[in-house]
Parts: sequence; structure tokens; C-alpha cells
Amino acid sequence: MRRFLQPLLVAAVLLAGLPTSWAETPDDVFVMALQFDDIITLDPAEVFEFSGAEYAANVYDRLITFDTEDMTTLVGGVAESWSLSEDGRSYRFKIREGMRFHSGNPVTAEDAAYSLRRVVRLNKSPAFILTQFGFTPENVIERIRVLDEGTLEIETDRAYAPSFVLNCLTATVGSVVDRTLLEEHETDGDMGHGWLRTHSAGSGPFTLGTWRPNELLILLRHDSYWRGAPAMARVIIRHIAEPATQRLLLEKGDIDIARNLGPEQVEGLRDNPAIRIREAPKGALYYLGLNQKNPILAKPQVRRALRYLVDYDGIAGTILAGRGVVHQAFVPRGFFSALEERPFSFDPAEARRLLAEAGLAEGFSVTMDVRNTAPTIDLAQVLQASFAEAGIRLEIIPGDGKQTLTKYRARNHDIYIGLWGPDYQDPHTNADSFAHNPDNSDDSADKNLAWRNGWEIPELNRVTEAAVLERDAAKRAALYGELQRAVQADSPFVIMFQSVEIIAERQNVRGFVSGPTFDTVFYRNVVK
Amino acid sequence: MISVALTFLGLLFVTFIIARVIPVDPVLAAVGERASADVYAAVRAELGLDLPLYEQFARYLANVFQGDLGQSVLTAKPVLADIARVFPATLELATTATLLGVGLGIPLGVIAAVNRDRWADHVIRVFGLMGYSVPVFWLGLVGLLVFYAELGWVGGPGRLDVFYEGVIESRTGLILVDSLIAGDLEIFSNALRHIVLPAAVLGYFSLAYISRMTRSLMLDQLTQEYITTARIKGLSERRVIWVHALGNVRVPLITVIALSYASLLEGSVLTETVFAWPGLGLYITNSLFAADMNAVLGGTIVVGALFIGINLFSDLLYRLFDPRVR
Repeated sequence: MRRFLQPLLVAAVLLAGLPTSWAETPDDVFVMALQFDDIITLDPAEVFEFSGAEYAANVYDRLITFDTEDMTTLVGGVAESWSLSEDGRSYRFKIREGMRFHSGNPVTAEDAAYSLRRVVRLNKSPAFILTQFGFTPENVIERIRVLDEGTLEIETDRAYAPSFVLNCLTATVGSVVDRTLLEEHETDGDMGHGWLRTHSAGSGPFTLGTWRPNELLILLRHDSYWRGAPAMARVIIRHIAEPATQRLLLEKGDIDIARNLGPEQVEGLRDNPAIRIREAPKGALYYLGLNQKNPILAKPQVRRALRYLVDYDGIAGTILAGRGVVHQAFVPRGFFSALEERPFSFDPAEARRLLAEAGLAEGFSVTMDVRNTAPTIDLAQVLQASFAEAGIRLEIIPGDGKQTLTKYRARNHDIYIGLWGPDYQDPHTNADSFAHNPDNSDDSADKNLAWRNGWEIPELNRVTEAAVLERDAAKRAALYGELQRAVQADSPFVIMFQSVEIIAERQNVRGFVSGPTFDTVFYRNVVK
Repeated sequence: MISVALTFLGLLFVTFIIARVIPVDPVLAAVGERASADVYAAVRAELGLDLPLYEQFARYLANVFQGDLGQSVLTAKPVLADIARVFPATLELATTATLLGVGLGIPLGVIAAVNRDRWADHVIRVFGLMGYSVPVFWLGLVGLLVFYAELGWVGGPGRLDVFYEGVIESRTGLILVDSLIAGDLEIFSNALRHIVLPAAVLGYFSLAYISRMTRSLMLDQLTQEYITTARIKGLSERRVIWVHALGNVRVPLITVIALSYASLLEGSVLTETVFAWPGLGLYITNSLFAADMNAVLGGTIVVGALFIGINLFSDLLYRLFDPRVR
């Protein structure tokens, strides 16, 4: 045996003698572990995924953006200031002077106009955020116009609430791209789309260094960034799918920040003095969608009873363990006009009374389509137990995310347990999803949440449509309050929790900003 | 050759049908759940999904035979380019693991057979059984915890420390080879530190298989008359076992090793996940979860082709080693 052990020992000794890896990451390099397998494009006119939006927020400047100190206050980005015409339809933006793209080209009103027109013309998934203001490929030249080198004007089809229009411009589609550079890379009139899917053409604090899907993303400092060059020369983002691996790397100091830890990993890190755990509330909501095509779920008493069958505090404390807080209205906390009331608590007796009133004292059987990932699947199991307390026999149908979603969008579910993230930081994004269903026919073009659950709401449609046109901020907030209360009291939606991102970072890291939406995550202030 | 072609065609057909009948909408996967109806329709047409199924298959076949596996939705690149990028990582890992598995598995199998039912045999068999039954996922995590986090003997997850990324030119995609070509020993040693643990974990699994098979093949040989004859002739025990007996099991062993190597080349999803190793297994799995069907089909075809290729190669080796099939 000794003969075989010898080479092993020699190998072990040799290996131990090799230089050890870095104990700490270098001072001007920020290393992050993040699951970014959702990125399918790097073109801001197409980006609509969580990680993609985060990338765009750090590589591109938008016309206007949110203050990193207070994520409800709008501040200028590429636009230094803006004004609204008398009729409430024309917004005039004064372009900030002296800004440069990564290529060295100056940022002008022409670039800003090109960028917005490009979103409309390419018509990719997030284009509706702009086209909802009446822009079409035919009218963009006329409606999105350059007055002079430093002034851009956009004209909406109706006089919308100004906060609504401006909030939409803070979304990723409001990113300003380098027109000159894209025109060099244009093929077959694609406005550089094919090229930009894997390259960058922005003016933001960082430029794209290396991009390897599902593996590595390296951003490099933009030295002439208008707010001042970031302290970090490089941001290295590694796709680490396994949370336990992320934790090991963080503890070892091979990364500065881990973004996808589960409750087990976080618990294990709480006592580590080198690590700081932070919680950042996000806009995504956990909710149940009750298909109104199912005659039992269409009964108002049943819809109400289910609201009493969720152990809100129990779930927030155990299964979500910091990854969610109880929230029962469709506008997430941190957004304009969010309703913080929570009228429902776990009350099986009340639920049984309501079911008896509906003639279902014996309970009923129902299925729930569940995405087969944590924590959704765990959440479903707890609901199965609490529903049973009122005699409801819940059958869980687990499936891959794409599979359950396909079924949900075909309205073939009974109950769907979902996580819904807002598209941009304005209450209308969720009002339009939860409280607007202008066409409930099976072949409706708009498959929003109210439609998916077959909910006919002519009354609420009118309120939702009025709210986007209300120019008085206080009145607008009141309308959203009314809508949220209506959906909360009786709708096919049982809104339960608002998600919270848990960030684990090394103690020496400061300035990493994670705002309420996925496109308000900023690396530019990071120092070590 | 005809059977190879038929196998290949069958593989294409079955994967294509599976990809089309699973209850997942690839268009939805590409455009996201909030796309408008016209965006949806445009992408559907772009992916060719509005055509009848037989026409889709015919087009796909025609493209494959021209070496075009289509475009990946997830990475916005040709599937072939993607595979060329991820496969070297798997090749490097699988080869290192197989070298470990063969280098240790065969001697251990022989020792176990010679010492049948004695303590050495028991120890080796239990050791092998553990390699078989312990989940690779768990073994990888524990390995990382002990050798990386606690002892610091090996590198962490990934093929290199991130600071070395992009330093050397990629010629073969195999970092160990590329760094030697570039003459950069620092990167070579860093890459070595990173590959040791995942290769050991995978190698342990293949060792378990190879040592068990070696043991049973050797036991068959050791009871044969020619072994007794050799011993009577006065040959040393070492020569009898390592030259005569082992020499006769090398042909079936080639099959065992080839199969084990081929299964490692498919890419081990769990190992690649734990070690953040950007290889073929992870690529296919990610694509599957994203309903990126061109990538899944492309990956499957490459794996199929590898299996067929390695089988052909082991057949050729038979001829070299076994005079009866010459």
C-alpha cells in the first residue's frame, strides 16, 4: 500500500506549497457573486430581466433617475432639468452639458432622441413603457424631437399625470445610447441591436469589459463619468448558482458581496464579524391569483375566506425569514401612494364562517400551480396546511417556472402562486396589472393579471384610467388609495408579502445601493 | 457507418420532438411574460414556430448538416460558438478526473482482487462504495469547506481566481494548456489549484466504478489456468499479476474507461454548479430551464456525437490490443 500512498502525499505537499489565493480582493476591484442566468440581452431597449436591468443601470445614464439617498425623489440624469407645457403634453428636457459616452463622443439631445425612438422602433418587450404614451414607429420623429443641441422635447398623446410620465422615463428604456457608435455597428437597419446585445454604448459610471453569459461579467471604470469617476476600477460579477458556494467565497474574502444567499446561509453568517447583513426592500409582491373561471373561486365569500387562511406573520418569520414582509396592497411600500393597511390576519374560524355562508361548510378541492423553486414551493406547502383548517383540500401542482407561467397565461389554473415585480417605479404599473382589464375575452391582446384570472371590472377600469391622467399629485394618490382598497377587500388577488433582498457584504465595503426596483441597483458609490 | 448515421438521426428526431411537445412556450421564454401580442407574434415567426412541425424539423436537419445549430436565445450567439466556449472547461475537468480515476482505480482494483476477502480488499471496496453512493454535490461542498475555506490548500470555485481572467490568450480553451503555451507558470499553478478539487470529486466517482470493474475482471483472470502455469514456470508474482493477468483485462477495461470518460464529458451538472465551473452540463441545464431549445438540441447533439466518437475510438483500440479482432 505504501507505494500508492507515496505519490498522493507528494502531490498534497506540492499543492500546499503553491501560492495561496488572494486573502482579500484588491482595493479598487469590487467582486460580486450573483445569479445572473436570467440575462438574455445587454441592449437597454430590450432588457427586461432583473439582472439585465441592474447591468443597464450601471452602464447607461437615463434621462432622469432617482436620488440614491431617497428613492422617491426624481433627479436629473442626462437631463439636467425639465419643464412641462401648459397643455400637459409636451415635456422639455435640457441636456446636461459636458457629458461624454465611454467612446469619448459627447452626449447630445440627438442621442437622447435617437435612444427613445430606437426603443419604439425596435419594439422589444419593454417598449410598451414608452409606447403607452402614444408613440409609434411612424410618429416618433415628430413626437420625440430635438429643438437644439441641448434640448429634447417629447409630446405625449394625452395629458397624463406628469409623475407617471417621468417615472416611466426612469426605467431601463430611458437609457441614453451612443448614436454615433451604434450607427457604425448597424446591420440591415437594426439600429445596432444585434451588436448591442453583447456590447455597450453608454455614458454611465462603468463600461462593459468582459461578458460571458452565465459565467462572468466585468465592468470597467468610466474615467470621465459626469458625477466623477467611481472609486472602483473594475467590478467583477461572477455567476455563482449555488448559494452555499457564494457563502464560502464571501467568508474566505474572495468576493466582497453575495447576493443570493438563502436563510440557512444568512443564519450561518450572522455571527461572523467580517460580514454585514443588510435587508433591501424590493417592489416584488407574493400573491395568489384565483381564477374566476372556476365557479367556486368566483364566489365573493370564498375569495374573502382565503384572505383569512394565510398565516401572514408565521410565514414571514419562518419560511421567508427576512426575505419578505407582510404587505396586502398592490402598490409596494417605497412607491408613490402605497397603502400600508393590513386588514387581514390568520383567522380560520372567520374563514369557515364565510365558507358556510357560501354553502361550502364542508370545504372544497382545488389545485394550485406552483413554481418549483424556493421559497415559493415552501410557501405553497404551508398554505396547503392552513387551507385545510377550513376544509379546503389544496392539491399542489409543482412545475418549472416557464411551464406554470404558460399555463397561467392560458387561464388554465385554479390558483396560481406568483411573484410580481413592477415594470417601472410608478403605481400605474401595478394598477394596470391588478385593477385594469378592458377586454376579458380569451383572445385579448393584453394578458395582464386581472385578465389571467378572468376578472371583469368595468368600474375599476375607469378609476385606473382616470388615475394616470390626474395631474394633481394628492388627488392621484387618493385614486390609487381607492383602487388598492377595492382590490384588497374583494378581488381574485390575495396579496401577501413584499419581497426583501438580503445582501451579505464584507465589513469594509460601503456604498452599495439596492433600491426598490431591479433597475435601481447602483455600484458607482462603492468604496472599500 | 450506417448504424452510426441512423443513431444520430434518431437522436436528432427524438430530441426535436421532445423539445416541441414539452408544455413550455419558448416564445414566452424569449420575450418575457409582459410582452405585447405583436412582439410575441414577431418572435414566434422569427423562431420559425409558426410553421408546421415537419417543416420545422426539415429546416432544422438541413441546418444541422450545414454545421449550423442555430442561435441561442439566452446568449444571443450561435449555439456552436457557445459550445466551443463551454466545452473546453468540461474537457479539461473530465480528462483530469479520468486520469485520476484510471491512475488510482486500476491499481486499487488489482490490489483488491489479489487480496480478495482480506482487509485491503474490504477497505478498497468500502472506499469505492462510498464514491458510488455519496452524492457528488455534498462531497463537493464538504471538499470546498475543508480544503478551500478551512485549510486554504486549493483554489475556490471557478477555473481561475477572477483577477487572472483574460490575462492569457485563449488558444485551446484549456487553461492548463494555454498557460503553459504562454509560459505563465503563475496562472498554470492557479488553474491547477482550482481544478484539483472538482477533478478529485469527479475522479473519485470514476475511480469507484473503475476499481470495482477492475477487481471483478481480475478475479476472473486469476482463477484461469494460464495464471497457474505462469506461477509454476516460476515467474515472479508481480509479473504474473501486473503483466499477465492485467494484460488480459485491458480490452474490457478500455470499454469501462471509455464509458466513464464519455459520461464525464457530458458535463456533470451538480459538480459544475457547486464549483461554478462553466462547462457543458451547466450550459445545457441552464438552456433547458430557459426553454432555449436550440441550445438544448445543440448540446444534446454534441453529447451524442461524443458518445458515438468515443465508442468508435475504443473499438479502434480493441484492434490494437486484441490480435483476435485484427
